[in-house]
Amino acid sequence: MAERILDVQNLKIDFHTYAGEVKAIRDVSFHLDRGETLAIVGESGSGKSVTTKSLMGLLANNAKVKGGRVMFHGDDILQYSEKKMQTIRGKDIAMIFQDPMTSLDPTMKIGRQIAEPLMKHKHVDKKKALEQAVEMLRLVGIVNPEERVNDYPHQFSGGQRQRIVIAIALICYPEILIADEPTTALDVTIQAQILDLMKELQQKIETSIIFITHDLGVVAGMADRVAVMYAGEILEYGTVDEIFYNPQHPYTWGLLNSMPTLDSKHLESIPGTPPDLLDPPKGDPFAPRNPYAMKIDTEKKAPFFKVSETHYASTWLLAPGAPKVTPPAEIQRRQKIYAKLKSGELSRTDVANLAE
Amino acid sequence: MRKYLLKRVFYMILTLFLVATITFFLMKLMPGTPFTNQQKMSAAQIAVVNKQYGLDKPIWQQYLSYMLNAAHGDFGTSFQFSNQSVSYLISSRIGASAQLGIQAIIFGVVLGIIVGSFAAINRNTWIDTLCTVLSIIGKSVPNFVLAVLLQYYIALKLNWLPVAGWNGFNYTILPTIALGVGPLAETARFVRTGMVDVLNSDYIELARAKGMSRFGIVYHHALRNSLTPLVTLIGPYTVALMTGSMVIENIFSIPGIGEQFVKSITTNDYPTIMGVTMLFSAGLVLVILLTDIVYGFIDPRIRLAGNEG
Repeated sequence: MAERILDVQNLKIDFHTYAGEVKAIRDVSFHLDRGETLAIVGESGSGKSVTTKSLMGLLANNAKVKGGRVMFHGDDILQYSEKKMQTIRGKDIAMIFQDPMTSLDPTMKIGRQIAEPLMKHKHVDKKKALEQAVEMLRLVGIVNPEERVNDYPHQFSGGQRQRIVIAIALICYPEILIADEPTTALDVTIQAQILDLMKELQQKIETSIIFITHDLGVVAGMADRVAVMYAGEILEYGTVDEIFYNPQHPYTWGLLNSMPTLDSKHLESIPGTPPDLLDPPKGDPFAPRNPYAMKIDTEKKAPFFKVSETHYASTWLLAPGAPKVTPPAEIQRRQKIYAKLKSGELSRTDVANLAE
Repeated sequence: MRKYLLKRVFYMILTLFLVATITFFLMKLMPGTPFTNQQKMSAAQIAVVNKQYGLDKPIWQQYLSYMLNAAHGDFGTSFQFSNQSVSYLISSRIGASAQLGIQAIIFGVVLGIIVGSFAAINRNTWIDTLCTVLSIIGKSVPNFVLAVLLQYYIALKLNWLPVAGWNGFNYTILPTIALGVGPLAETARFVRTGMVDVLNSDYIELARAKGMSRFGIVYHHALRNSLTPLVTLIGPYTVALMTGSMVIENIFSIPGIGEQFVKSITTNDYPTIMGVTMLFSAGLVLVILLTDIVYGFIDPRIRLAGNEG
């Protein structure tokens, strides 16, 4: 059994706004094992970024943690003071942000920006820290790092800047790296490069990654496990194969169904909009948009039903005695692949080739 | 960079030439002549004096000879201040004005940056509100009113500092405060607005994610980025301090240029008016050039553009 490095239990976060309390995170639990990549997938406003910000203690002023624990090395870091969080941030838990064009300080040489966490956390003097920054730049694939270390952010392209942001995050060899949509703002070709770089560095630096994205296509090649988030709740989680080829929650079906494939005649979408979290629904938050919804879905939230040791989904469709429903054709196709995977007829690489 | 500087210096000289020309003709449009005020002189005497100073010639001739002399560094002789040369008049008085101006701008800008940053860090709290209210008061109370209040309470009532005069550092404190409060208030407002923006930016969040302390973030990342727009203000401040200092120098009886400038205008002392105007203009043009260079040091993106241009 892998070592649990981070354990989030029953996290609840509210935002105080003029309109009232927005219940952004409603009872979210997940864990992260050492060395693995966990993808948190969800559409905008599902609470994925808020969740990760709470892990870093970087929540906005109007956010309030209403309950739950975030266990890291046996301590609940939600209880830590700002001063104590500063000793963890950037050292044990580091973060990569979405937009590399704005996440670097325009008036500071990038070498200094990379060296800063070392000087702060490891008390390395400036000269040594800059030497290590050069090495880190080389590691993230910046050509001619000895000279470029003295350049300013505006002298780099978007992809290079994201490499620099990654260098900043990894300079202290953190145990956990949180990547909040790290490729959303980049060109598709650069996206692939950055994802490859992250996978490569994960091996070298032995870090665990929490990967936040709304792009399921990115998840497939990147993650070990996936948690699907919707309206401040996790609806389903499992290994990447289980989520991609044996999804159980109708929302996951909808997400996978709306992923374009080469044969797609037109783009599928999930009709409707997410619920208003000022007044969240009692039952399954996806019920109003769910063509398979039953009466109980609107009244009571389903518990997590176990599909396998690693796979759980919160939908009444898994309850004993629930009616059998036929998932969309695309999901049936995926389930067939899953069956072949299980029986050994197809290997993991075959599936990867299929996806291409 | 060299080419850029040469170009700038050429434009500076052109600017000064235009200022001199415009001021010269405007000055001649002023009512009165330098010697009409002195009733004891007869018409014949005035004619003699006018001839002596070349005031009997047509204005364009006067203009040409003034510009020619000025180009050779001769700014003429004052009509009023015991026939001293304008160069001597200015150089003997510039020390006090320059000291007061520099002290006031350092006091105002440095304290303004501190107050503004402090307000931005504690934005939307009572500290921020207090700083805002004080800034508005500081900006709206005229400096001569403040000067008189300071004289009355600090000097007369409490007897902490001298009321007026110019005889050592203690004498400079009150006028420096009176002159510096305006720039202080404006700097504070400016820095606060700039820093609130900067503190909401992504790179500040990244700095927080690095585990930096609040002070470290403000000092290393936020400050420099909020100061860029402030540099633009320093030019206008310099002008404000120059003109403002005329009144303040009068109130505190400081033997500076401002005091002399006021007198020279009321007495139509043409050479002195021209001399002081040219000095102020030269100072301003120089400050503008300096701020453009300082810009490059603060913001590397501008430095690059300057090198290419």
